[in-house]
Amino acid sequence: MAIRNYILVCGGSGCESSHSDDIYKNLIAEAKAQGVADEVQVVKTGCFGFCEQGPIVKILPEDSFYVQVKPSDAKELISEHIIKGRQVERLLYNKETAKQKAGQVEDINFYKKQYRIVLRNCGFINPENIDEYIARDGYEALEKVLFDLTPEDVINELKTAGLRGRGGAGFPTWMKWNFTKMAQNDVKYVACNADEGDPGAYMDRSTLEGDPHSILEGMTICGHTIGANKGFIYIRAEYPLAIHRLEIAIKQAHEYGLLGKDILGSGFDFDIELRYGAGAFVCGEETALIQSLEGHRGMPQPRPPFPAVKGLWQKPTCLNNVETWANIPVILTRGGEWFHKIGTEDSPGTKVFALTGKIKNSGLVEVPMGTTLREIVYDIGGGITGGKKFKAVQTGGPSGGMISAENLDTPIDFGRLQSIGSMMGSGSMIVINEDDCMVDVAKFYLNFSVDEACGKCAPCRIGGRTLLNILEKITNGNGELADIKKMKDVAHAMQRGSLCALGQTAPNPLISSLKWFEDEFMAHIVDKKCPAGKCKKLITYTIDPEKCVGCTACARKCPVGAISGEVKKPHVIDTTVCIKCGACIQTCKFGAISIH
Amino acid sequence: MAKMTLDQLRKLRESKQDDIKRRATEGKEGQIIIGMGTCGIAAGAKIVLDEFLDQFEKRGITNISVTQTGCMGLCSVEPTLEVIMPNMPNIIYGNVDKATVDKIVEDHIINKKLVNDHVIDRPASDIVGDK
Repeated sequence: MAIRNYILVCGGSGCESSHSDDIYKNLIAEAKAQGVADEVQVVKTGCFGFCEQGPIVKILPEDSFYVQVKPSDAKELISEHIIKGRQVERLLYNKETAKQKAGQVEDINFYKKQYRIVLRNCGFINPENIDEYIARDGYEALEKVLFDLTPEDVINELKTAGLRGRGGAGFPTWMKWNFTKMAQNDVKYVACNADEGDPGAYMDRSTLEGDPHSILEGMTICGHTIGANKGFIYIRAEYPLAIHRLEIAIKQAHEYGLLGKDILGSGFDFDIELRYGAGAFVCGEETALIQSLEGHRGMPQPRPPFPAVKGLWQKPTCLNNVETWANIPVILTRGGEWFHKIGTEDSPGTKVFALTGKIKNSGLVEVPMGTTLREIVYDIGGGITGGKKFKAVQTGGPSGGMISAENLDTPIDFGRLQSIGSMMGSGSMIVINEDDCMVDVAKFYLNFSVDEACGKCAPCRIGGRTLLNILEKITNGNGELADIKKMKDVAHAMQRGSLCALGQTAPNPLISSLKWFEDEFMAHIVDKKCPAGKCKKLITYTIDPEKCVGCTACARKCPVGAISGEVKKPHVIDTTVCIKCGACIQTCKFGAISIH
Repeated sequence: MAKMTLDQLRKLRESKQDDIKRRATEGKEGQIIIGMGTCGIAAGAKIVLDEFLDQFEKRGITNISVTQTGCMGLCSVEPTLEVIMPNMPNIIYGNVDKATVDKIVEDHIINKKLVNDHVIDRPASDIVGDK
């Protein structure tokens, strides 16, 4: 007999520790006992990512989602669901409570907590085939804009939607479009910022690689609305696959007459060209990007004038980030009101995050604004790897800040992230656990900003270097209490005096670390100790003679020969030779080596 | 194709919409869709793709297409792919290597059974398809 049902049992480590293996075995045994062994297949799966409600069992093809299943429930699942075809109500996930929690988003199976607008086609369509994009409502918004709506209608729709720029600052998109539309000039431009440079960020790359036409459609709509006939995509040369797929997409759109002269017979001309960035972080800043796009050295310019008034070649330019562009077609096909219902009043819609670091299910997630950090880290991300303790999440890259455990339940949107000392940024989200030193992490981000600073204005150029010097002094064990105030003063000057957002926001990771993890700074400055054992100058490795069995494994592994001792007798580490690489600790099977 | 008019675009969308719907329904050919963003390729998606083509050639399977898509967002379990077979639920597999491909062909495609330990849940419902 053919198989009718597939029973999926979550085999993620969270569920496994709550007996999912017993559930798996019991289901197989029950299926056999009740005579349906050849009609169902029980399968162990990867983590479902809904760990707090685990263990999870899902039955296909009905898509029934059972939560908090116990091994003793196997009998009922087989006899009721499989044999009688009735869902076991008491174990079903209560979608109603989930929906209420999610706000007004309706008609979706919300247990996943994810809602994909920007990533709607990523993982569904072949990005190199324009027909598949068209089949999934592609270029329908453009049709509407060209033939049914006036430019004012489009702006009003965006205003109703309340979309805010996804590049990080969250400026209302409709206003930006309107400024460019109102600007009087014979030539205007549309530009896409695809210079994604935050460490740990890859949302835009994935969007471009998975759904390039959504960007082209968004930009063409903007061109028609503001009165531009030319668009540029400024993309890093480090994204060869994204470039390749954009090139294919542009070529196919040309062949279909969706780019070029007289689009769909409407009389509107629009074309898009690619421009490659060489990977300078500052070129993600809009005025520097425009400089680079024109062929000059990528340096920020004072604003005003804003690009909407004087941008590319001094012409009004509407510049948006990849994720913003990808939202545009959906807003126009579904309507601004539909979009406005998703997310929060402050920030409607969704946000894509690149979830990385010490997290089990690292990946690209898109959630409605207002989702809490706890839901992202624990429900979607599956929690911290290796059973370690959560310490912080870094959002917004070198411009953002640390969010500590105290703020795990803060709903994420532009306003609230700022109120807790971080920022949305482009959407990188790096999870930090108890093994990481916050002083060291702050130093890493500052180092990045100092490296990437263009050197044009003094507050950023000198301030950044000064902060980094102080942090190096602290991690070398020479910190003084007065350094804390000095860092705060310099940071304040940078925030107030720097020319562009790079310098204004560069101190953010440091300032938020100081705010939430002052005790760690104090441990470095006062006790000359690094609690997480990361800052090499402040730690020593020692072997516990009670635990060491003299296996010689560490001595053989040590790259500098700092460990000595006779076989079967406790070994010792010569701290004057030791380079603190940690190789011995990883080698020791007896837990005899520790960091102090 | 030459440049299209509005009507032609609408007709194309309608016909392609049917194609996309039909691939999941009864009696039609199956499909393997491999996640081939930079992340998937780095994790070995090209090896997976080649292995499917090899296996199909060896076993004389001709009614199943192999295509690519962008990143599904499941970075921790790349390479990922989706198997669409008639009369079976659509299934996403993760952590796929050559040996897993062989199992998918043998178990899933030929014997209509799922492959243990590699099934991954879809990360989100489909706002376009569910409309």
